[in-house]
Amino acid sequence: MVKIADYASSSAVANVRTALERAKQYEAHHALLNLTETRALERAAKVESGEITGKLAGVPFVVKDNFLAFGAPTTAASTMLENFNAPLQATAVERLEAEGAICIGKANLDAFAHGGSTENSAFGPTKNAIDDTRVAGGSSGGSAVVTALDIVPFALGTDTGGSIRQPASFNGVYGVKPTYGTVSRYGVVAMASSTDTIGCLTTTADDAALVMSIMAGKDERDMTTLPNFFTPEATVLPLRIGLVAESMNDDVDADVRAATSAYAEKLRAAGHTVEEVSMPILKYTLAMYYIIVPAEISSNLARYDGIRYGYRAEALTLAELYGKTRDEGFVTENKRRIMIGSYVLSSGFFDAYYQQAQKARTLLIAEYQKLFETYDVLLGPVTPTPAFKLGENTGDPIKMYLTDIMTVPASLAGLPALSVPAGTNEAGLPIGIQLTGWRRSDARLLALASSMEAN
Amino acid sequence: MLTDDLLAKYDMTIGIECHVQLATATKLFSGADNDARDREPNSVVSPIDYGLPGMLPVLNREAVTLAIKAGKALNAEIARVSRFDRKHYFYPDLPKGYQTTQMYNPIILEGYIDVPLESGESVRVRIHHAHMEEDAGKLTHYADYSLVDLNRAGTPLIEIVSEPDMHSALEAKAYATELYRLMTYAGVTRGDLYHGNMRFDVNISIAPKGATELGKRAEVKNLNSFRSVEKAAEYEFRRQVELVEKGEQVVQETRGWDDAKQKTMSQRSKEDAQDYRYMPDADIPPIVLGEQEIIDIQATLPLLPPVYRAKWASLQLDRSVIDSLLSNQAYAVMVAAIQDEAGDETATRVAHWFASALGATDGGSSTDISQLSSVSLIELSGMVNASELSSTAAKDIFIELLTSDDSPRVIAEHKNLLQVSDESAIATIVDEVLADPASQQSIQDMREGKDRAIGYLVGQVMKKSQGKANPALAQKLIRNRL
Repeated sequence: MVKIADYASSSAVANVRTALERAKQYEAHHALLNLTETRALERAAKVESGEITGKLAGVPFVVKDNFLAFGAPTTAASTMLENFNAPLQATAVERLEAEGAICIGKANLDAFAHGGSTENSAFGPTKNAIDDTRVAGGSSGGSAVVTALDIVPFALGTDTGGSIRQPASFNGVYGVKPTYGTVSRYGVVAMASSTDTIGCLTTTADDAALVMSIMAGKDERDMTTLPNFFTPEATVLPLRIGLVAESMNDDVDADVRAATSAYAEKLRAAGHTVEEVSMPILKYTLAMYYIIVPAEISSNLARYDGIRYGYRAEALTLAELYGKTRDEGFVTENKRRIMIGSYVLSSGFFDAYYQQAQKARTLLIAEYQKLFETYDVLLGPVTPTPAFKLGENTGDPIKMYLTDIMTVPASLAGLPALSVPAGTNEAGLPIGIQLTGWRRSDARLLALASSMEAN
Repeated sequence: MLTDDLLAKYDMTIGIECHVQLATATKLFSGADNDARDREPNSVVSPIDYGLPGMLPVLNREAVTLAIKAGKALNAEIARVSRFDRKHYFYPDLPKGYQTTQMYNPIILEGYIDVPLESGESVRVRIHHAHMEEDAGKLTHYADYSLVDLNRAGTPLIEIVSEPDMHSALEAKAYATELYRLMTYAGVTRGDLYHGNMRFDVNISIAPKGATELGKRAEVKNLNSFRSVEKAAEYEFRRQVELVEKGEQVVQETRGWDDAKQKTMSQRSKEDAQDYRYMPDADIPPIVLGEQEIIDIQATLPLLPPVYRAKWASLQLDRSVIDSLLSNQAYAVMVAAIQDEAGDETATRVAHWFASALGATDGGSSTDISQLSSVSLIELSGMVNASELSSTAAKDIFIELLTSDDSPRVIAEHKNLLQVSDESAIATIVDEVLADPASQQSIQDMREGKDRAIGYLVGQVMKKSQGKANPALAQKLIRNRL
């Protein structure tokens, strides 16, 4: 698989052309919604002329199409924003471009990042990089597939409840969901403000650390950003690692459990201690998540009303304009989440649902905090199963939501979590393990994953 | 027919919510210019105000500072931790589909203001709380379409919510007036009522005198003058009494004020009330304030109307004169400075000049007195004291000083207004007047004890001196001679 370093020796224009060719070669996977070919080649020429320099000079990458970025519309894979051309770029994109990286295209996702399979894209699903009868995962499905297919060495994603980690695990690449506030959310189409994070998908842990260290840091345009704490770590001391018992029960696929246990053994062999730990509260986290996140979604999606930009339906009255615009501009899953969110926020239900969920979230964070007094890292699978078949879960939203069960806890607690490739099952489908740390331990998690690559 | 006797059977209860636009340079959450007066529609709108995808609010700290000042002017506690929430509804002037406001943890807690009434008494109106929020844009409706202007979208506001402590239209007007003065003096708002810098929502209910339970209230929204607050309250009182007297119910509803027709009209009833689905805004961290920070900001507050009233208690001024002075902060600052520099007597004289020559202003334009200096006003007062000027002449010079760089003496000389206080010069004129045959009747009258007749004689002296003779001196000399 390609690494960022592989691009250092060849010319920027050649790098971009290769990436674009490979993107076209794998068009049938539908990982990319639009190429930003013209702009990419212009920027490549500027790298060659020395006008653009930096740590990532001439390295091609892909953004999930919910980042505001030049060169093609920012669609969020929705009819609502199908023709929306961003007048400015996301901070994350700006920072990568400032180091010379070149965006070559925009990756498919579940519309507005609602989903775990990229089947909710208004423009059709993305197919898994290894088995094209299976889902790419989601919502950053396109980003995972372009990375796994070596179209680019890294892609940007967003992770609100597992949207980077789950597709990374389904396609056998690294996925970083950083500590909440690590990377500015400015210029990224909002899903859930309190759990949205910006991260990346790569083929090596070191590449992920490099990309994260460039994107991380305080941004005056996002009040929730943290000062940059992201310094890649070179050495790893022996760590105390907790294997989460609740994520190794019978509901989890046997191959996934075996891969996780094998990774635990490798950690022990490398000198780390691994002990089983229990987090009883985990069984409530999916319920918390599917109250808090839809509530925030219903609020963040209120701006798509057909008045100022984006899709507008033909209508005779204002009420009809709102109704038809939002009915036609959103996909079913968007509407489902808006309705759940509106319900839990409505007067009389706010205390019973939203407030209760927030209280439970506080307990979850407290439980994590207690565990991290004893352990440096928590280990578990990313998903209960490897990639499922296209169409397998589309008729059953609850079943689809259950695939998020192991990724949402870190999101609710604002913790960093990695999806690390950990082999395949007999059919060759990738399996990922998840490393979770306390806040701001992102670089240490990546250093650990990097040190395990050789083993 | 509503008779006064009938109206007297009822009590009115009024609470007021006031939206105050803060005088910040930029909007509450964006860097767009916050002064949209006379600007092209949609010309001061940032991507944040426009609600573009991916935009996030960045809290304007200046707005927080002004909110703290407002809170201190309201004698209120400032919350050490306050938070923003989202209030959801769909309307074309609301770009994000929600208004960012403070529902659960407002920045300004309980307070009060003492409102002086025309009767000379005052009423204490308690403040329930005040919160920060952003203004919406503006919609203009035409025959078959409407236009949206987002210039005002994102303008910082504080909404001051009073307790229902007012019981007459006059009290409501006095509260609105005093609130306006507090907010403008404190520098919280530009106070341009014409441009909607302060807007009042007046909640009014009636109940039979002595009743313990309040009636259903009507809320008259968006009043932008003190007079309309008064008139709307008066109108509502009569309307509600009439309903109850007819045996009908007052419905809880929102009403608008038609200034041309001087009446309120139903807009929407409680049944149509929306569910705003309030929720905390996760994009904005809580505002956390330290005690010292609050103290430091409070220390920058200028003197407020209640302080001036106390300070001027020794000046023996009528309520109306004090009101005129307070209607313009610059007048108040000047009179107080003169009081400090030259004492009560001079300040009283200057206060009267301000009151009679410039009068009161009500939130609109007011006379610019930046040209005036306390030094020249004290000099002018001194000239009156020394009988060099008549009080009429002094007032003329006062007006002249608003636009002139010259000293009062130079103006007086130039306009030939200096009084003659040279006794021998006046004595000559007095002798001429007394020798005049036309004066003989008055002289006769005076000798018979009709003292008022001296007026004619003094008048003649003033006339002959072209108004420059010191009248007191002329009178003294006439008496000496007769």
